[in-house]
Amino acid sequence: MDVIHTDVLVIGGGLAGLRAALGAKKRGSKVIILSLVPPKRSHSAAAQGGMQASLGNTAKGAGDNEDIHFEDTVRGSDWGNDQEVARMFVHTAPKAVRELAGWGVPWNRVQAGPRDVIIDNQKVTLTEAEAAHGLITARDFGGTKKWRTCYVSDGTGHAMLYAVSDRTIAEGIPVHERMEAVSLIHDGQRCYGAIVRNLITGKLLAYVARATCIATGGFGRIYQSTTNAVINEGIGAAIALETGVVPLGNMEAVQFHPTAIFPAGILVTEGCRGDGGLLRDVDGHRFMPDYEPEKKELASRDVVARRMEAHIRSGKGASNRFGEHLWLDITQLGEAHINGKLREVKEICQNFLGIDPTKQWIPVRPAQHYSMGGVRTDAHGAARGLTGLFACGEAACWDLHGFNRLGGNSVAETVVAGMIVGEAIADFCKTPAGDMHVSTALVRDCWEQESARFSALAASRGTESASALLQRMQAIMSEKVGIVRNGEALTAAVDELKTLLLRSRDIGLRSSAPGANPELTAAWRVQKMLKLALCVTYGALQRTESRGAHFRDDFPRRDDAQWLKRTLAYWRDPDQRVPTLEYETLDVRHMELPPGWRGYGARDAVPHPDTERRENEVEQIRSRLGDAERQLIQQSLMPFRHLLPTHLRGLNARLEDHA
Amino acid sequence: MINILRRKPADQSPRRLTLNILRHNPADPASVPQLQAYEIEEAEGMTLFIALNEIRATQDPSLQFDFVCRAGICGSCAMLIDGRPSLACRTLTRDLGKSITLAPLPFFELIGDLSVNTGKWMRGTSERLQTWIHNQTPISLNTLEERMEPELAEAIYELDRCIECGCCIAGCGTAQMREKFVGAVGLNKIARFRLDPRDNRSDDDFYELIGDDEGVFGCMSLLGCHDVCPKQLPLQTQIAYLRRKMAVIGFE
Repeated sequence: MDVIHTDVLVIGGGLAGLRAALGAKKRGSKVIILSLVPPKRSHSAAAQGGMQASLGNTAKGAGDNEDIHFEDTVRGSDWGNDQEVARMFVHTAPKAVRELAGWGVPWNRVQAGPRDVIIDNQKVTLTEAEAAHGLITARDFGGTKKWRTCYVSDGTGHAMLYAVSDRTIAEGIPVHERMEAVSLIHDGQRCYGAIVRNLITGKLLAYVARATCIATGGFGRIYQSTTNAVINEGIGAAIALETGVVPLGNMEAVQFHPTAIFPAGILVTEGCRGDGGLLRDVDGHRFMPDYEPEKKELASRDVVARRMEAHIRSGKGASNRFGEHLWLDITQLGEAHINGKLREVKEICQNFLGIDPTKQWIPVRPAQHYSMGGVRTDAHGAARGLTGLFACGEAACWDLHGFNRLGGNSVAETVVAGMIVGEAIADFCKTPAGDMHVSTALVRDCWEQESARFSALAASRGTESASALLQRMQAIMSEKVGIVRNGEALTAAVDELKTLLLRSRDIGLRSSAPGANPELTAAWRVQKMLKLALCVTYGALQRTESRGAHFRDDFPRRDDAQWLKRTLAYWRDPDQRVPTLEYETLDVRHMELPPGWRGYGARDAVPHPDTERRENEVEQIRSRLGDAERQLIQQSLMPFRHLLPTHLRGLNARLEDHA
Repeated sequence: MINILRRKPADQSPRRLTLNILRHNPADPASVPQLQAYEIEEAEGMTLFIALNEIRATQDPSLQFDFVCRAGICGSCAMLIDGRPSLACRTLTRDLGKSITLAPLPFFELIGDLSVNTGKWMRGTSERLQTWIHNQTPISLNTLEERMEPELAEAIYELDRCIECGCCIAGCGTAQMREKFVGAVGLNKIARFRLDPRDNRSDDDFYELIGDDEGVFGCMSLLGCHDVCPKQLPLQTQIAYLRRKMAVIGFE
């Protein structure tokens, strides 16, 4: 058994993991990053449209600040998120953009003077201020009051990932590529690292670490139709779940992106609509204003995706041989804009659809896109249930996004959470709790247990096929646990997934290739993915309300009285067939923004009994402080700055302060 | 261009495709490199990503290949498709003949079948060429960002779009002869950082990194890199420009 020792083990080489690693390394910790693939190939690279940060440099962003970004984010989450975390996030996002600028991200910049843009299908001339020339610009995105999404053409994630990955190379942080963490080393109290499988040789290794951070991204591949990369199978979350002591939060909160190309499921950015693209139906009719007169195509993703599906069900879908879809029309944006600011979109349309989006409409239909749920952590990224375990990025339920994430807030979360969690990990390593007394017997036992599992699976002559089970699971998830859910379908889905889980214990392999046999890898993973699928489905079945992306047509109202709480899914006994669910209350009495209407979507929520009282309190505090500094008012409503590392507490400068 | 090359979808029954795949598993001492043929039925809109996964799911679970984004943006799936380095995920079978030959990208360490270790080589090149912003001034997180001309930001992004897929190396004549040649991917990165005012390095510094036969003077201007780059990076112009700049430094 090879044992590798380090202070910090980061599992996952995407933006969140890389940025957390940099933070810990800067504070003197020895860090190793594990990655399934070379880090620059991570799914972070697929973030196209941009990153939200309230710089307020543009004409349509003027007056923006943390307060507005905060409110947009809470409304987007349908009041399902942690408002303190949202405050930490919006406060740090401008710092993250500026740090990335220093590391070389070629953010698009403000060009002073007049420019033509398309807003609500009209050509409008905006005039950018001389004083803003050369500062970082922003585009419009869904669910936001200001144009706040900083971008690099439509390759924002790529540019960010390359800059941050290059930074880790500059700092000499080793990335052990093609490595997969297959279980956590722990004693039920503390995490000591992970057992790791080399995906080239198939060998198992033990990585012993004082702090372990899961940053493995989302689990979109449990769905058939997803924009996610093929590596987004949620294994990081699954190995946390399998400890039996770490819960996964809000797994039923799954986002569907309105514009995945049909049928391949490849994403075309929300920036298409942000920049003026329209959704059209079989008649060429622009239908979103009929449903959402205010925000139209730019309501939040859950609302747009739901309206699209409803519109298709009303018989207005276009169709091709693969089924029904709608159209995304960006032709009015013009060739110059598309070639410059939406070039990835253009390439994707050419390569996968054989169409030219400057002249033709793009067939789209919503597809799974983002996992709001994940390893439940505190505001510093420490996982609940195991000391020494942390999580950040999409793998975590930090919980910035609640039941619906705003476009541009995920790639922002990766770096912001990385900045905060990396510091927390370094802090942890400097406290007595960060010291480690690990038994070599424990490490050996964990290694031997995994080794025995892989050997047994490799030798299994069972009758089940891993790929057949995987495909069936994906079909169930897309058919029954999708955009519109109900008790009947969810019950059927839980039942069948339970059967699949049982069947997955009888997978047999057809090949025995030396090295990391891909069939063995797939067989091992599908067992874990089925547990995640059950967390999603069972959580969705129990949640008898509609909130954000979780929509039940048998319980169509948001029910704050019963459901202003976060689902925690545990898998305490390896033999249990559905997760044990517990709930964590979101306390209205401490919310800066008490629950209300989002400004789009339905407005018939069942109120929480504390909401009115808290609204009055907030009103009183606001009127007492009158025209005091906005930061002081905010501080009186819900203090958060103490939760941030000291170097991230400073106020963010804006152009208007300099005016 | 793409539409001209593209065949019309067949109106009749779907084609039977034969994929001839160069197979070898270095982890298996008994493995001998050989072409293995697989037959599948073509489907509407089928990419090599779909075809290879279908073969693995239904015919040969041991087949090794790499895909990540399957959208042409991550650079994982470069391979020789009928002899030409390309991204498999965005290659539609309808643009190819009935018999398709797939081989792993040459030059890089073989992991197995169509999977090669481009990541290891790219990290090594990155360390060697120090492909990061060199700037000792601490970044101020709370103040307005440094300004940059919009056109300059766009020009940097134009070169920043490289996805490190390895096609340029696989298509490079020099790389066949000089194992340590940094290739178009390396030279393009130097061009990118050279253009970036946030990087304080001078041409003298860059000369130390690429001013020899393993760098910009090793290029024989065959420009296979330029022809096969899936991102259409302006490699020809960048290499020529860098060579001129570096030659000036060399004379001094």
